[in-house]
Amino acid sequence: MSYFTWCIIVAGFSTAIATLGCGIGQGIGVYKAVEGISRNPGAGTKIMVSMAIGLAFIEALAIYVFVVAMITLMANPFTQIVVGK
Amino acid sequence: MVHPFLVFEWLAKQIHINLGPHVIYGWLIAILLIVLAWRATRNLNEGAPSGLQNFMEVVIEGLEKFIEENAGPKGKEYFPLFATLALFILSCNLIALVPGCYPPTANVNTNLAMALTVFGATHYIGIKEHGFKYIKHFMGPVLPLAPLIFIIEVISHIARPISLTLRLFGNMYGHEMVLMVFLALVPLFVPLPMMLMGIMVAFIQTFVFTLLSIIYISGAIEEAH
Repeated sequence: MSYFTWCIIVAGFSTAIATLGCGIGQGIGVYKAVEGISRNPGAGTKIMVSMAIGLAFIEALAIYVFVVAMITLMANPFTQIVVGK
Repeated sequence: MVHPFLVFEWLAKQIHINLGPHVIYGWLIAILLIVLAWRATRNLNEGAPSGLQNFMEVVIEGLEKFIEENAGPKGKEYFPLFATLALFILSCNLIALVPGCYPPTANVNTNLAMALTVFGATHYIGIKEHGFKYIKHFMGPVLPLAPLIFIIEVISHIARPISLTLRLFGNMYGHEMVLMVFLALVPLFVPLPMMLMGIMVAFIQTFVFTLLSIIYISGAIEEAH
């Protein structure tokens, strides 16, 4: 297969694997947060704020992979070498 | 969303300023914020604030409370830095919803500039507070392990601006890409929930960036242990 086909496959699979891990991580985080809120609804706002920060941090990991995938697809550093051959 | 026609970039091109949309819109937001601050404080009303002054007081009070909670009384000295970062990033993120405008935070250069400002400020404040003893922050608790911990600390300090940059850039740019794909598939009504999520992302990313810079700088202020 050509070089760019592999680029698309790599981008798709890397995003899939990253979202898999992030999904598990965020799921555990939200699970615990909801459990905490249902036990003590008074602390709801505080738990929600820390949960939102935590989710943003976990999401950042998937976003890094997204950036890498975008580099592979749109700003591939080896495009010139491959095309120029 | 990247709008097909960017009004202010077109205007800038008419007077031969070719700097790219992120610079033009960054300037636009800076000017907007300056004008807003000037209008709000032009004739202060101490007894019964109304209109713009009232609104700005709520915003600044909220920010002040948030910064004092997280940075402590000593970190509150740097309130202008944090508040500027928060207001600038929030306006940059939200301007994406205005037709004909481009969010400067969806470009890696704007974010890198802000992250490097935070990086520089962290070490400047650390040296200002502790003098030469600031190096103790990099040494760890026991002296024999110092060379190892020094390397780890330096790497973690270099990773900070990179992660700050990529987090904000990836979130804003990724959201734009998703909106573009949705608009290409179904132009009516389907992109609306994504736009709502975009507003949420704009606020959360502002919050995270500001909170992280507060944590970094208050880490440089506190004593090494």
